[in-house]
Amino acid sequence: MMETLSLLPPEPVQWAWGVVLFWLALGFAALLLQGSQRLLTRLVFPLGALGALAIAGVGIAAMLLPVSTVVLPIGLPDLPFHLRLDALSAFFMVLLGGAAFGVTVYASGYFRSMAAGPLALLAMWYHLFLAGMVTVLLADDAYAFMVAWEVMALSSYFLVTTDHKIPDIRRAGFLYLLIAHVGAVSLLLTFGVLQGGQGDYTFDTMRLAEMTPFWASVAYLLALFGFGAKAGLVPMHVWLPEAHPAAPSPVSALMSGVMLKTAIYGLLRVTFDLLNIQIGWWGTLALALGLITALYGVIFAAVQSDMKRLLAWSSIENIGVIIAAFGLTLIFYTDGKGALAALTLTAMLYHALNHAFFKGLLFVGTGSVLHATGVRHMGYLGGLMRFMPWTAWLTLIGALAIAGLPPLNGFVSEWLLLQAFLLTPGLTQPYLNMVIPVAAAMVALAAALSAYVMVKFYGVVFLGQPRDPALHQAHEASWPERLGMLWLAAGCILLGLFPTQVIVWLEPVVLMLTGQTLPSGSSWLLLTPVSAERASYAPLIFFAVVLGVVLLTVLWARRVYHGRVRRSDPWDCGYPEQNARMQDSAEGFGQPIRQIFEIFMKVERETPDPFSRTPRYHGASLDKIWFILYAPIARVAGWLSEQAGRLQHGRIQWYLIYSFVTLIFLLVFTTR
Amino acid sequence: MSTGILLQLAQTLLAILLAPLLMGWVNQCRAWLQGRSAPPITQPYRTLRKLFNKDAVIAHHASPLFRYAPYMIFACMALAAGIVPTIANDLPFSPAADVIALVGIFALARVFLALAAMDVGTAFGSLGARREMLVSFLAEPALLMVFFTASLISHSTELPTIVETLAHREFAIYPSLAFAAVAFWMISVAENARIPVDNPSTHLELTMIHEAMILEYSARHLALIEWAVALKLFTYSALGIALFLPWGIAAQGNLAALPLALLAMVVKLLLGGALLAFIETISAKVRLFRAPEFLGTAFLLAVLGMLIHFMLEV
Repeated sequence: MMETLSLLPPEPVQWAWGVVLFWLALGFAALLLQGSQRLLTRLVFPLGALGALAIAGVGIAAMLLPVSTVVLPIGLPDLPFHLRLDALSAFFMVLLGGAAFGVTVYASGYFRSMAAGPLALLAMWYHLFLAGMVTVLLADDAYAFMVAWEVMALSSYFLVTTDHKIPDIRRAGFLYLLIAHVGAVSLLLTFGVLQGGQGDYTFDTMRLAEMTPFWASVAYLLALFGFGAKAGLVPMHVWLPEAHPAAPSPVSALMSGVMLKTAIYGLLRVTFDLLNIQIGWWGTLALALGLITALYGVIFAAVQSDMKRLLAWSSIENIGVIIAAFGLTLIFYTDGKGALAALTLTAMLYHALNHAFFKGLLFVGTGSVLHATGVRHMGYLGGLMRFMPWTAWLTLIGALAIAGLPPLNGFVSEWLLLQAFLLTPGLTQPYLNMVIPVAAAMVALAAALSAYVMVKFYGVVFLGQPRDPALHQAHEASWPERLGMLWLAAGCILLGLFPTQVIVWLEPVVLMLTGQTLPSGSSWLLLTPVSAERASYAPLIFFAVVLGVVLLTVLWARRVYHGRVRRSDPWDCGYPEQNARMQDSAEGFGQPIRQIFEIFMKVERETPDPFSRTPRYHGASLDKIWFILYAPIARVAGWLSEQAGRLQHGRIQWYLIYSFVTLIFLLVFTTR
Repeated sequence: MSTGILLQLAQTLLAILLAPLLMGWVNQCRAWLQGRSAPPITQPYRTLRKLFNKDAVIAHHASPLFRYAPYMIFACMALAAGIVPTIANDLPFSPAADVIALVGIFALARVFLALAAMDVGTAFGSLGARREMLVSFLAEPALLMVFFTASLISHSTELPTIVETLAHREFAIYPSLAFAAVAFWMISVAENARIPVDNPSTHLELTMIHEAMILEYSARHLALIEWAVALKLFTYSALGIALFLPWGIAAQGNLAALPLALLAMVVKLLLGGALLAFIETISAKVRLFRAPEFLGTAFLLAVLGMLIHFMLEV
């Protein structure tokens, strides 16, 4: 009997842990390979990508297999690492593996221009980062979770500060580190509340703990704050537009595409799995915060002129949409509408998966642009479609997907979410059922604005004329970079064209969290999440008709008329003088948004004196929350530390007196 | 099923072929109202033929995106025209996209047009793209609110079901739909680049939106875009009719009702086109930054319609 058991393949959780160890070993190997840049880019990164693929594979298998657990002989003496792989973890592993594979393949081409020494360090942190994220998903006790969470935070901090010689990047990294740890403290407290005084920090104990509504709410709020800080929920978002652009592009892609999702994972885990009661107003709170975040993020994305910062703000928007869906799920769930909660949760998970792919794709796309031109500011870019067609066309797919356009993936999740919003009149709470459909307008507004943002991003960077003559020397991305982008773009297309298959695949997760699944009325072609009379969407038909009409029209125009084309100068209403500087700049394109939503921003404008010989123009739209919330906190913290600084004199006698007084105080305090 | 597919194809082709006629009718009415002698109603067809026969002139550095965008836009509009019930209600294509997806189709066409406008890199192109996206991000949520009101009544986002509920199942009067109808009118005016948001017959730099985007297009590309514009106007009109005046659209499987449905459709379109021309004649184009107010009003009306639905009709 024992013989046969040991011959059986190990359980999924062991496979996953194996990949984690493999990544750790790769990271260590990278340090040893410091001398060989070739081996690092051509061996370490491709192997790391294979690891990501394996993680995705394990995730797909684990979705169908029963829950598997393992206890590792590491950790604290009486609290070894507990790992557990259930459907929820498995889904996020697929998300991680799928996006990380494309990004890591890309990275193996992207980092070829980097010197071997820093690259070895970067490769170490990179694989440590991946390992940390997977361990977060696997952890089944608070200690393992927090260790993995910190590994993830610290390794990503070092990745963000790869170019640590630039002061701005050091500053961004520091801000990131700070908020990550404020969040981590909040999570620590969450787990402290969750274990309910039993002194046992395994998740199993937490699942069984009976909570009063008050303490459950405390735990939920702490978790929302802690995970929200990681995910970039307004008002804890300030680090995100600083840190994500500072990192090298593949790292930005991983952070935006995957790392933010670990926070979503944590939120789902705590709310639906570890807490055994859920309360309705939690959902309302999350919905409101999510909608505010979505709108705030997209408005600021529209006024950015740094392409990576624009994408970072757009990540905030998407996180907002996901959190809003989470809130709506909670509302339905606590109202006893299990089927609707299942629909909303499906929309939420779908959007998280989509965002990993399209945001990963867009970030690596900007990486290729950055490599080819050395410029991040959109005001010096333009016309790159001519010089780097691969990057341009693949990025176009990502841009259309994130703008929520059919038949790509962004539309599917948005469509599901809007359907869920339309079902809220079924709620029993009197006011919510009226207000929430109107809240759907916020989601629609955010989606429409994200189309604006993407037209701006894509049009200014890739279309038009080069705004700088140096751009004529821009070169196309290398082959591994193209392959990585192709993988991610294929993900965007396939997730868009086959929604029914994806939704069926998501069923175990939805079932695990809400106890229900969607009605299985959908055919392979037609997506009908509620019923065929209620709503349907068939991206394949959609795609086929559009493609068919395009082909027919091209053929028809050629056959019946002609296909002659003459090239000439652009017409532009006959204006004789045209140059690239006359195109809309990034600031110009964002101007209407700045004008309409000026109340959210602190706008800095500096226009030169008309007689100035050296005119200087400056315009910036800054985040008001920073000035309202963070600047006062920073001032208070600065003041406090100044006061504390008075204690320090640099004289040993004083320090001895401090220790003496403390000792006396403690003695009195403890013996009392 | 086979009759369904035939009907679908016939209806889509009919929409594609007759859409320029609606454009011609609106132009004719406008000319009459403004005291000019009107062009023949078939003028749009002549323009299209002329354009198709010309050689396409394309800027030196225009990318393939610029060349293929018109086909893409035309295809999107053709699909949209195929989904909206005009004379019959049982269309095999209509499950492919409900009203939310319909908004997505319009958005797809619009994004391609805006991107194509930015492709050549002229001052006007990007200006037009920016303004178009401005108008659309304001109009899109309002349009969704209108659709939401209709779908809250009919418990469906499927156009056939909505039409079925409103036209055939029960003859009730919904006050919420009155608000939604006004909002829809305002949105379609904005989305179809008509007065007071945009003026289809101007090439004045400071005011144009849609025309600024298509300045660089010529010949067959321009023809396809113009045709798509006509199709869009037709689709919006058909949508408005399907949502707010659906009486006459043939019910599922009722082939005998088709001729009457066709007649009803033609009459409604003639009246609607004349009304559009009338409103365009008596109003003036607003400044660009008044457009948010205009569309904000539309949005509020749609939301009001929805709230009224909750208060009076549930």
